[in-house]
Amino acid sequence: MTTLDVRVASVVEPRARFRDLVGSEWLKLWSLRSTGWSLLLGALAVVAFNFGTAWDHYRYWLQYDEASRAGFVANGMALWDAFTYNAALVLILASAAMGAVAVVGEYGSGLIRTTFTAVPDRGSLMAAKVLVVTVVQTLFGAVASGASFWSTQAMLSARDIGLPITHPGALRIVVASALLAPVCAVAGMAVGALLRKSAVSIVGAFVLLLLLPAVLTERRHLSAVLAHATPLHAWQRLGDAGPAVQEPFPWSTGGAWLVFALWALGGAVVTVLAVRRRDQ
Amino acid sequence: MIEVRELTKRYGATTAVDALTFTVRPGRVTGFLGPNGSGKSTTLRMILGLHAPTSGSVTVDGRPFTDRPRGLRHVGALLDAGDVHGGRTARSHLAVLARSNRIPLSRVDEVLEEVGLVAAARRRIGGYSLGMRQRLGIAGALLGDPPVLLFDEPLNGLDPEGVKWVRGLFRRLASEGRTVFVSSHLMTEMEHTADELVVIGRGALIAAESLSEFAARGRRLSVTVGTPDRARLTALLLGEGAEVEEEAGLLTVTGLPAARIGELALEHRVLLDQLTTRTASLEEAFMELTADSVEYLAGDAR
Repeated sequence: MTTLDVRVASVVEPRARFRDLVGSEWLKLWSLRSTGWSLLLGALAVVAFNFGTAWDHYRYWLQYDEASRAGFVANGMALWDAFTYNAALVLILASAAMGAVAVVGEYGSGLIRTTFTAVPDRGSLMAAKVLVVTVVQTLFGAVASGASFWSTQAMLSARDIGLPITHPGALRIVVASALLAPVCAVAGMAVGALLRKSAVSIVGAFVLLLLLPAVLTERRHLSAVLAHATPLHAWQRLGDAGPAVQEPFPWSTGGAWLVFALWALGGAVVTVLAVRRRDQ
Repeated sequence: MIEVRELTKRYGATTAVDALTFTVRPGRVTGFLGPNGSGKSTTLRMILGLHAPTSGSVTVDGRPFTDRPRGLRHVGALLDAGDVHGGRTARSHLAVLARSNRIPLSRVDEVLEEVGLVAAARRRIGGYSLGMRQRLGIAGALLGDPPVLLFDEPLNGLDPEGVKWVRGLFRRLASEGRTVFVSSHLMTEMEHTADELVVIGRGALIAAESLSEFAARGRRLSVTVGTPDRARLTALLLGEGAEVEEEAGLLTVTGLPAARIGELALEHRVLLDQLTTRTASLEEAFMELTADSVEYLAGDAR
């Protein structure tokens, strides 16, 4: 039996801080070239859909009859161009996919094992990831939504029908459209954390955030309740700036904001808890 | 120090790891050997808390690894060189890891230098060869200057110079008092690397002992004898109680030393043109032992 003359390696470790995980996740996101490109192209697509609609109204304005023009102005329809339904679908698509990829990108490459070996406190790591994605997506949503409002109203102002941000409901449309991005991104992360496979997760997120709200109608009570619980319908409710539309089951904007908050919160909780117990 | 106690992992009806108990001590390189699919990677993942054991326990320096909020200063691990994102550069990959554990960025450059990746550090990992990825994985393991290091098949894809470098690195890490645990499915890789061996087959422990003890287990001397008069010599040898096999015009004799075979041949005037003693290699000892375990467990499962 030989006694080895070895130095006992002692570990000197600084206190673990959450902000180091946030810094690491921030670096992780921006060290991929695809991040910047996805955000840029996503924002351009959203703005293009809105601007295209506003341009269409500008282009054909003189061909509308008198009653149509009066109705457009009276109902504040310029705000409909500020963020269209189609643009909302594109935004949901982009944000849900980016959110899901933030999680499944690590599973697909196997990086997740390296990550969780470096940070065994998985819950904190995922919380940091949620925070970083939320911040980035909020900025992304704000830029897409702000640029949409500014460009569409500027276009319509050429016909003197553009509206200022101070117009009733205008700010709500801009804010709701901006927040649609982080809400859907966090929901996408939750789907990714549960399903872990890239293609399955992205399809799953689309089904949850696009297909499901599209098939739920407002005409029956149960269906309407379920529909109101989706971010897409909540966004539509918040975007309703004109006179009250005759809906069989009306609901308040407060309820719509609450739906946004619950999706973001629920998505964050699921993302953090999904990695706790399962084998990685 | 890694202490594995009665560690078991079942996936449904399959038992991947079966009541493993062994200790990996600091200050030496311990090889973790077993055929493909024997449960090595599953065991390493359980040590790191990535997989939860069905029963049993494993501690690293006295505590379950999952109790540590940050891991890099406690355990450095290279599980799979592919566990990276191909879109990042080596430097940003390591910078992300360092940042999460509050390790200064200067350390990233140090480990890149250490593994010889400085020139490629700003290129994306997607374009790396397997050998370069192994080096990057080793760099990641060294990042926190940890007392315990785990490597799963680290020699895959390395060129001979790389293999030599890795062996030297493992020796050095062990001589600094660290616990170095290296898995492989090839005995030949461990022969010049490990001091201690943990050998498993079908998830169960076969041996946990020093390399020399392990070598002694499988040591069966045999003597290869060449002679034009094989029939006569065979009869003589059998008469002395040896076992003789004939293959490709040569006799393989076990149970009798070469010196005695030479004497016999001289006494009976049999011409010999070859007389060679062979010792079973570590690889053969390994194969023999793991083959046994496979048979035993296959029978057991019925």
